[in-house]
Amino acid sequence: MIDKSLVREIIAKRVAKEFKDGDVVNLGIGLPTEVANYIDKDVEVILQSENGFIGLGPTPKEGEENKDLVNAGGKFVTILNGGACFDSAMSFAIIRGGHVDATVLGALQVDEEGNLANWMIPGKMVPGMGGAMDLVVGAKKVIVAMEHTAKGAPKILKRCTLPLTAAKEVNLIVTEMGVIEVTPNGLVLKEIAPDTTVEEVKAATEAELTISPDLKVMEI
Amino acid sequence: MNKLKILNEIMEHIKDGQTIMFGGFLGVGTAEKIVDAIVEKGVKDLTIICNDTGFVDKGVGKLVVNKQVKKVITSHIGTNPETGRQMNAGEIEVELVPQGTLAERIRAYGAGLGGVLTPTGLGTVVAEGKQVIEIDGKNYLLEKPLKADVAILKGSKVDKKGNIWYSKTTRNFNPIMAMSADVVIVEAEELVEVGEIEPENVATPHIFVDYILKGGEV
Repeated sequence: MIDKSLVREIIAKRVAKEFKDGDVVNLGIGLPTEVANYIDKDVEVILQSENGFIGLGPTPKEGEENKDLVNAGGKFVTILNGGACFDSAMSFAIIRGGHVDATVLGALQVDEEGNLANWMIPGKMVPGMGGAMDLVVGAKKVIVAMEHTAKGAPKILKRCTLPLTAAKEVNLIVTEMGVIEVTPNGLVLKEIAPDTTVEEVKAATEAELTISPDLKVMEI
Repeated sequence: MNKLKILNEIMEHIKDGQTIMFGGFLGVGTAEKIVDAIVEKGVKDLTIICNDTGFVDKGVGKLVVNKQVKKVITSHIGTNPETGRQMNAGEIEVELVPQGTLAERIRAYGAGLGGVLTPTGLGTVVAEGKQVIEIDGKNYLLEKPLKADVAILKGSKVDKKGNIWYSKTTRNFNPIMAMSADVVIVEAEELVEVGEIEPENVATPHIFVDYILKGGEV
């Protein structure tokens, strides 16, 4: 069993390879935020923050926080040279109008059809969807970045049982065990983590998995 | 026309049972002085429209904690455990709206539109009870406009006519709410003379603003 922080690092590093120079990307709270640490220096990715700006930069040094500048999680951040601020209608026109190339989100469950559940557990946790429903519907590419299982229980299911965030919008699932593409014919395992067998991935996945004929070892 | 008012004059416009929009995102860009004054006045049965319910001690969250809110229309309540507690206890009604849909519904009223057609929420609980309209072979949810009796904004710089400039991420819902309420009040962090904000830097034109409170930095 590899430790949690290494698992998160593996996932974040692999997701970071999905971006092309010039992509506009929105990263969700938590693990997806860590992806920013691993983007290749030669690839310029413009990070969008749904509370109203592009050009999201690193966390400021202590004492250099600006009270007017936070990310969508309310944490102090910085804005890079060339960044731009806007209101919520513009922010969501960017998201909903197809101007975001990729969004990276965590998931509670994801299924064979690319359905995603990540915003509530009835009776337990009802924080609200925030911008997640808009991002998943509006972004050109939806990448789920998550640990493969939750306390050993599969999260990649035949059919989500929790209330959906959006129907049939997920394109790619990246976990510490591999990279899975959502296709019209179901889920296809495209890459597998080093020292992991196909049988292990299948055992940790409830959904049907097709194994890509050119299955690669996950580059981390 | 003198829009500049003292806090007591501003508070005459805040009454029981009103629908009030509050700008801000997790309290950033929220008029804290006016929120505090509403807490002190103790008006009740409010319907509030806001991106999120802030924190127990920051932003509109203070109104929830003080049990002044009957209903909240918002995209997120997770940072204020009191909203969730009151919701589960049946003390507050919570209408959760996707953030982009919330922005567009508010904008729609201010822009004179009869509603918004969006694919966001299709196939989810958000679609329950709503009309689905097909346009050119694609399905959309019909989302209706949102208006309020009062909108309460926070401006980083406000001139004495009511033109508003917003610093960094304080802009968020403020400019769209400015268009969608009968009475629009802005709390000015810095009050400046007319002309000090360049016309092209004005994000909310003064014609939307009814009253200005000199708020100072909170």
